[in-house]
Amino acid sequence: MNYGNLIVIAFRALSNNKLRGFLTMLGIIIGVSSVISMLAIGEGSKISIEKQIQELGANMIVVTPANAMVGGIRQNGVIEQTLKLKDYQAIASEVPYLESCSPYVTKSGQVISGANNAPTSIYGINEDYMDIRRLSVAKGEMFSDQDMKMAAKVCVVGQTVVDNLFKNGEDPLGQVIRFDKVPFRIIGVLAPKGYNSMGRDQDDIIVAPFTTIQKRLLAIPYMHGIYVSVIGEQYTAKVIQEITGVLRQTHGITGGQEDDFNVRSLEEMSKVLTMATKVLTILLACIGGISLLVGGIGIMNIMYVSVTERTREIGLRMSIGAKGRHILFQFLIESIIISVSGGVIGVGLGIGAALALRFFLGWPVSVLLYSVVISFLVCTVTGVFFGWYPARKASRLNPIDAIRYE
Amino acid sequence: MEDIIRIENLCRNFVVGSETVHALRNVSFSIRPGEFVTIMGTSGSGKSTLLNILGCLDTPTSGEYYLDGMSVRKMGANDRASYRNLKIGFIFQSYNLLAKTTALENVELPLLYNPAYTRRMRREKALEALKAVGLEHRIFHRSNQMSGGQQQRVAIARAMVNDPVILLADEATGNLDTRTSYEILALFQRLHAEGRTLIFVTHNPEIAEFSSRNILLRDGHIIEDTRNSRIGSAQKVLDSLPKETN
Ligand SMILES: Nc1ncnc2c1ncn2[C@@H]1O[C@H](COP(=O)(O)OP(=O)(O)O)[C@@H](O)[C@H]1O
Ligand SMILES: [Mg+2]
Repeated sequence: MNYGNLIVIAFRALSNNKLRGFLTMLGIIIGVSSVISMLAIGEGSKISIEKQIQELGANMIVVTPANAMVGGIRQNGVIEQTLKLKDYQAIASEVPYLESCSPYVTKSGQVISGANNAPTSIYGINEDYMDIRRLSVAKGEMFSDQDMKMAAKVCVVGQTVVDNLFKNGEDPLGQVIRFDKVPFRIIGVLAPKGYNSMGRDQDDIIVAPFTTIQKRLLAIPYMHGIYVSVIGEQYTAKVIQEITGVLRQTHGITGGQEDDFNVRSLEEMSKVLTMATKVLTILLACIGGISLLVGGIGIMNIMYVSVTERTREIGLRMSIGAKGRHILFQFLIESIIISVSGGVIGVGLGIGAALALRFFLGWPVSVLLYSVVISFLVCTVTGVFFGWYPARKASRLNPIDAIRYE
Repeated sequence: MEDIIRIENLCRNFVVGSETVHALRNVSFSIRPGEFVTIMGTSGSGKSTLLNILGCLDTPTSGEYYLDGMSVRKMGANDRASYRNLKIGFIFQSYNLLAKTTALENVELPLLYNPAYTRRMRREKALEALKAVGLEHRIFHRSNQMSGGQQQRVAIARAMVNDPVILLADEATGNLDTRTSYEILALFQRLHAEGRTLIFVTHNPEIAEFSSRNILLRDGHIIEDTRNSRIGSAQKVLDSLPKETN
């Protein structure tokens, strides 16, 4: 048999029944495109949250003071003052796997330069903090160990602070600004980081030596926190454990007594967030799966509804000389054409919808290759199967029984 | 001459629920090449059932059917399909055209399953057959755009297109007006004159006059099998009919 003729037969059958073909294709298109776009939305938000965590600094651990217990009584309303310089020194010298470690104090207030002023925050830290928070100096220089030792009144400012204070484009280097009446000489400008994914301006910041802020600006004997970064993510849990041990020792906390500090890794925080996106992704995948199912049922329905009509057609074709394999080949060609082109359109539409969401609504979307492959396969296989299977059944009937089929 | 069709003790039972319908009971006869046989009988007498078996569309419950000396019972499904494609033309009572398909495509269909035909030959043959049934001006009309009579003529053209040795027709003129009926009958007589074998199921006794043999069925039995020596000419009847102006 000339299979070219069967292809002609298949194409004629398709072009004479465009509506039936279109409806079958529609099921496939809906199924494929919704799975792809749903999963793209889920994956996009997951990636965006992961990016936010990366921005904060990976492998970061933050130690913060907690309410002190004095004689078994929780000291409420007292500013927590449990973290001292010796705690920082103990962590820096005793805890293994540390990459960087910085003490941390902060104050919000008004910064003034000449006639200009702006609200901002100043951070007292050491050089290590720059690595932990991914900061770098773009112009001028970072303060030195000497500055730290001397509690020098120098600072490095973010671009937003520069923009707010030096509106005429003066060179900020060497200028003296005042923060809560304390003068600071600008020795560097931070490389701009822009807004983070939560919409906070990361350039609205002033950093200065820890000693300067603690002693000269705040005049307090304690610190607001200790920032630590670990050499590798896999050590985070170990380091948390070590820090807890070291601090309990320096604070003289024993047995079942409660810690007067908190040690948290960003990884832990990120886990909570990724958990949330996972739930979202699962939800969207479910919606996509349901669409796939609905699409599949749609395909089956159309195929099933047309079984009677097509069984008669098969009977007729056999009555004028078509053999079983001719019928099967024709139906296979037909359903492959329908399913594959429906699948391709569905993939195009799904990716297009995802890109449109990003373009018009700014949603973070990311098309997953496996969602394309799986949805395409599921739909085309369903389409081909439900096109082929009834044909196989019908082609085994007596021609007259197929013609009379109801 | 060898019989082209020979059936022996043919039975066909249909099981409907708990009942068995004996549509054919021990039917035997032979048909020689070039015979024009009409099969008559009341509705339900088994005419269609018999014709379907002769057309290799159905298989008997018991009995033998020799087509061109070959036992159809022993043939495989593919061989029967080849016979239907190459040697048999079958005209269904209910036309059975492909839905929403043009007259030309419907008539070309049997040839598409025959690799011996090229595209051009296919089209030529189909046009020729459509012309023979007077539909040369309707070749691109779809089956749903045609009247019952036109559809029946497309079905006849389709049955003739493969130059079948045997042409089987189940009430092929049932839906045609008198004039068209005689046109078709004249066409069949021309085919008969060419030496083809025709079997024509009808309930119209007039048609028997134009055939060479008439078999009468009742309740699945043959009750009469008569030869007709004075075959009428459908063409003459046609010429005597008042001319219509289209
Ligand atoms: N597919 C079938 N299933 C059950 N009974 C059938 C079937 N085909 C025909 N019959 C029965 O067989 C008998 C003969 O039918 P048929 O050959 O169609 O008669 P005719 O064509 O002479 O009117 C009738 O009683 C009919 O009801
Ligand atoms: Mg009948």
